[in-house]
Amino acid sequence: MQIYLPIAEVSVNAFLLLGLGGMVGILSGMFGVGGGFLMTPLLFFIGIPPAVAVATEANQIVASSFSGVLAHFRRKTVDFRMGTVLLIGGLIGAALGVMVFNYLRSMGQVDLLVRLCYVVFLGIIGALMFIESLNAIRKTKSGVAPKRKKHGWVHGLPFKMRFRTSGLYISVIPPLIVGVAVGILAAIMGVGGGFIMVPAMIYLLGMPTKVVIGTSLFQIIFVTAFTTLLHATTNYTVDMALAVLLLVGGVIGAQIGTRIGTRLKAEQLRILLAMLVLAVCGKLALDLLLMPAELYSIGAGGGH
Amino acid sequence: MLRALLILIAFALPAALIAEEQVVLGLSKDRVAITANFDGSDILIFGAVKREQAIPDEPLHVIVTVAGPSKPLTVRRKEKRYGIWVNTDAVEVDAAPSFYAIATSGAWDEVISDTEDLRNHISISRAIRSVGAPMSVQDAQSFSDAVIRIRKENGLYQLLENTVALDQQTLFRTSIEMPSNLTEGEYTTRIFLTRGGKVISELDTAINVQKVGLEKFLFSLSREQPLVYGLLSLFIAIAAGWSASAAFRFLRLSN
Repeated sequence: MQIYLPIAEVSVNAFLLLGLGGMVGILSGMFGVGGGFLMTPLLFFIGIPPAVAVATEANQIVASSFSGVLAHFRRKTVDFRMGTVLLIGGLIGAALGVMVFNYLRSMGQVDLLVRLCYVVFLGIIGALMFIESLNAIRKTKSGVAPKRKKHGWVHGLPFKMRFRTSGLYISVIPPLIVGVAVGILAAIMGVGGGFIMVPAMIYLLGMPTKVVIGTSLFQIIFVTAFTTLLHATTNYTVDMALAVLLLVGGVIGAQIGTRIGTRLKAEQLRILLAMLVLAVCGKLALDLLLMPAELYSIGAGGGH
Repeated sequence: MLRALLILIAFALPAALIAEEQVVLGLSKDRVAITANFDGSDILIFGAVKREQAIPDEPLHVIVTVAGPSKPLTVRRKEKRYGIWVNTDAVEVDAAPSFYAIATSGAWDEVISDTEDLRNHISISRAIRSVGAPMSVQDAQSFSDAVIRIRKENGLYQLLENTVALDQQTLFRTSIEMPSNLTEGEYTTRIFLTRGGKVISELDTAINVQKVGLEKFLFSLSREQPLVYGLLSLFIAIAAGWSASAAFRFLRLSN
């Protein structure tokens, strides 16, 4: 069944979109990531204009994060104070990101920016995760438990604040910076930024793992909601029909994925996710490095 | 008195020549509605040639063109910089139709002469208006060629030779396939009658392509009330997220 998307102005198969949403939903449920980093490139591949893909994906992430955060609310594993600090950073970052996005769109370079961001970040995260989980598998085999550092440079900064749920007493500057960075990425890449924020919270801020996911989801809801509004009011690129199809598939997939995830070991899951991230990164890198079949592209006029 | 008569004849003469053979036109539909499940549309364009005199010796040909709304475009070209492919040169095309189909009753060269094509802007390359290239770009022509090439591949520009069926030099009909990725607007339809490469009659009409129903509602809401549209998108997202979580919790509890 073909469906005409009112904003993207292309006609696509509705079941393809539902299927994509479902597949990415399963993966995001399995690995506890938003899945935006997978969905946005997939939308490029099926011919959705990049600007629409990025803006609409932000809207879809609101749905999947909200669905996820409810479970964490019940388990009381959300650090609201830390979430709010991250959020303030995130909103500033998102505003900056949309400004950069619009500027580069008028220069005709938005496509390049989005792809470059993907290649760089997916490459780094994928490689780190791969190495880390390989090490973890080796360590569990030799029977040594991994140790976490208690005091780093983070603890020497001013403006200290107490975060009770996380059991931390640290400066607000590092969480603010993490928030800004994730906000910029959310706006430019159409991702929640969980794949950056979760490692940053664990390794940089030293937060306990059990509150990390809930807090990250809490922050992501607001940042992506803000990004959606910014894209909707400045670029008019949020496609509601596309978002609905993706999120129907996505929320169902996520619930199925969560169940599959509980049957696999954490290290195995992480190494699978790392390989997936590296595969998407490799595909996008090839697109930039190999000579494209069509050197010319058509954009809307009057953009100078 | 004589001068006035001459002027009258001079004015009346070309009008009389044009009036010798005239197009009477029919369209299978004069509006195309883009609905939620729009998947392209076929338009049947048919008609007859009305004439008072006997049919002249030279064979009659018919050209039908359908042109979507013209918009300015920016065409960009990629080049390899620092090892990756980057958009570098950009050229503005003043006006290029979003859709353009030409159907003819014979081979292009037989149907119309180059001068007549130039005068009436019929061929695809002439339907795209002048390219204002910046000084740094040497080969501006390759940019408008690229527009034609890309849109031909997408089925947006079509040259359909020998697809107008012409019976007894009087009845003609053709079918134009409009793809699913149409934009809204007035699609100008022109019918030319030619003999010996010369245009002897022309008729213009319009096909209206419009989003309807939900498509129209969403599109105009996103443009006129972007904040409301954005909030509505968020509301749907949150409602969907909540209901999925609630539904699966219910399923798990009942298990």
